[in-house]
Amino acid sequence: MTLLTGLRDWIAGFLGEFLATWLLGAALIMTFLAFNVLFLVLAERKLAGHFQRRVGPMEVGPHGSLQSIADMIKLLGKQILTPVATDRFVYLLAPLMVFLPTLCVASLIPLTGAEAFANQPYGLLVIIALSGVTVLSIFMAGWSSNNKYAVLGGMRSVSQVIAYEIPVLLAALSVVMIAQTTNLRQIVEAQANTHWYVLYQPIAALLFFIGITAETNRAPFDIPEAESELVGGFHTEYSGMRFAMFFFAEYTNMLVLGALGATLFLGGWLGPWLPGPVWLLLKTYAVIFVLIWVRWTFPRLRFDQLMSFAWKLLIPVALLNLVITAILVHGVG
Amino acid sequence: MTAQTPTLTAEPLDTYTLNMGPQHPSTHGVLRLVLTLRGEKLVHVDPVIGYGHRGHEKMAENRTYAQFLPNTSRQDYLSGVIYNNAWCEAVEKLAGIPVPERALVARVILAEFNRLASHLMWIGAYLLDLGGWTPQLYTWDDREAILFLLESVTGSRLTYCTGRFGGLSRDLDADFPARARVVLKKLKDRWQEYEDLVEGNVIFVQRTRGVGIFTKEQCQSYGVTGSSLRAAGVAYDVRKVEPYGAYPRFQFDIPTRPESDAFARYWVRVQEMKQSVRIIEQALEQLPDGPILTERGLGSKKRLKLPVGTQYYAVEAARGAYGILLVSEGGTEPYRAKFRVPSYANLAVMQDVMPGYMVADLVGILGSIDVIIPEIDR
Repeated sequence: MTLLTGLRDWIAGFLGEFLATWLLGAALIMTFLAFNVLFLVLAERKLAGHFQRRVGPMEVGPHGSLQSIADMIKLLGKQILTPVATDRFVYLLAPLMVFLPTLCVASLIPLTGAEAFANQPYGLLVIIALSGVTVLSIFMAGWSSNNKYAVLGGMRSVSQVIAYEIPVLLAALSVVMIAQTTNLRQIVEAQANTHWYVLYQPIAALLFFIGITAETNRAPFDIPEAESELVGGFHTEYSGMRFAMFFFAEYTNMLVLGALGATLFLGGWLGPWLPGPVWLLLKTYAVIFVLIWVRWTFPRLRFDQLMSFAWKLLIPVALLNLVITAILVHGVG
Repeated sequence: MTAQTPTLTAEPLDTYTLNMGPQHPSTHGVLRLVLTLRGEKLVHVDPVIGYGHRGHEKMAENRTYAQFLPNTSRQDYLSGVIYNNAWCEAVEKLAGIPVPERALVARVILAEFNRLASHLMWIGAYLLDLGGWTPQLYTWDDREAILFLLESVTGSRLTYCTGRFGGLSRDLDADFPARARVVLKKLKDRWQEYEDLVEGNVIFVQRTRGVGIFTKEQCQSYGVTGSSLRAAGVAYDVRKVEPYGAYPRFQFDIPTRPESDAFARYWVRVQEMKQSVRIIEQALEQLPDGPILTERGLGSKKRLKLPVGTQYYAVEAARGAYGILLVSEGGTEPYRAKFRVPSYANLAVMQDVMPGYMVADLVGILGSIDVIIPEIDR
């Protein structure tokens, strides 16, 4: 901490106090997210390997632990191609834009009960609004690539995310009803007095989990990039670091939504012995582990089945759950 | 003045063409499909074949009968033993070469193991088409055991060439039956697991039930054979209808199913694997002693001359009826060799079946009929 404070004071010497804190915070979050992506990619490959009776990557570093770094170097060294007749401005903007909303959301998740961290009165609403923006850059990428597979992927992505935002929001709302606040810190603090909300809202937790699986485009809802149908989906025409950006965004999105799930349903930073952020990270990774597990277990749904699953099953169930929660909260107290 | 607005329902305006393949993850080789789509719905499917054409039929005309042997297992590289045997048996039938009992039964054992390997690979590849990654590794693990077994007899893992005119070039080892029984035991323990993992999976059932239905009439007019035909409720199996080799000696059933959808095809293939295991068990039981080859040297004899005549010989390959039309004018080389491959007809019916489904179903239907493109292109 003294190192960080020293660094901040040094930057503040020529940029001013406010800008120094802001810059340092952004850099810290970025660094953490980058390392997190490296770790998650490795974890996913290792876990997938063991689910499939393989060992996963083993060559680079002890037990393959440096594989992600080697991959990153490879991606950095790759030639960046721009196909002809693309909508060039949009095409170049999409990979830059794709993780901005995720980054904003990451900074809003409360890590501890400390006063300084993300104490927004409407934190939950901001997060849900921002995470809906990610789809815009996916659509931009699909549309501007001048590739029919990419357009199909982009359009599928838009309709999928719109459909699955709703159950996520409704599931989150039933938590809000119990906690009586949209401030994420207060939601966590409310769980300190009672039990974790996953016990009060098991249906909402399940709906939320299904929703974030779809929002992060992971199997069985990986329709936008269904490899056996659409080759690469919206990122078909992206290569090198531009492709890595989409990759980066996907895994960051997993982390952020996993953390949101942990905050809403699993008590956020609460836990004995260990410090708060460690507990939050552990719970987040538990959610992500299940996401990975599901991905390597199930085949993919068809697009129309996916949509009818959301509109005809998830949303009615979520609404019903919300009504029952409202009755219980206000009637029983 | 009234402005003319184009109607968007007119055919050329609201459809677009998507070129799928020849480089595409799920066209199983170099198949190209020119799709006409309306949204995500298929309006027209136009398969373009021939990217893997190697001229097998022409090659047969200027090679001796023995020289053509390695070509056979390169037509359908997933059931090479069956194709290899078929060529040998066609030549034997035309030339009147006797085959020892042991070789007849050994051919059945190898062919049925090859069929098992082919079907196992299909299950994995099909679930991969549907987006399930993990089952592939499990089925390939089982297939690996079979490949080890075949390798110990034939020396190769994919393009087998053990067949000779009048038998096999190599005998089964003394401990082959014991090793084969271990593999069969392992497979039998697996059926339940496959059924639970796949048939009990809601997503799999949703993706395959009622998808890719073709009628018996369509099957007839296109000449569909194999598991796809049996899944349409027709109990047609060359092994039963026109028994060849040692097959009449063994008890087995032809599994059929009336629905004719992708799920029925999956079910039929799993049942067929059970029947294959049953055949192998009986064959191992009845495996006679004796020579494996009538006359060493005849099998690979370059100057083997066949009498003048025409011979059609059909076998049940892993994908359907495989036929060889062999025309000899008395020389050392065939005058004409025509191969009737099952995948060709099975793919052709898709043009009629696919329109009306979604793009995602296309992959599911194409996978469910189990085509091998090099066999179509030849």
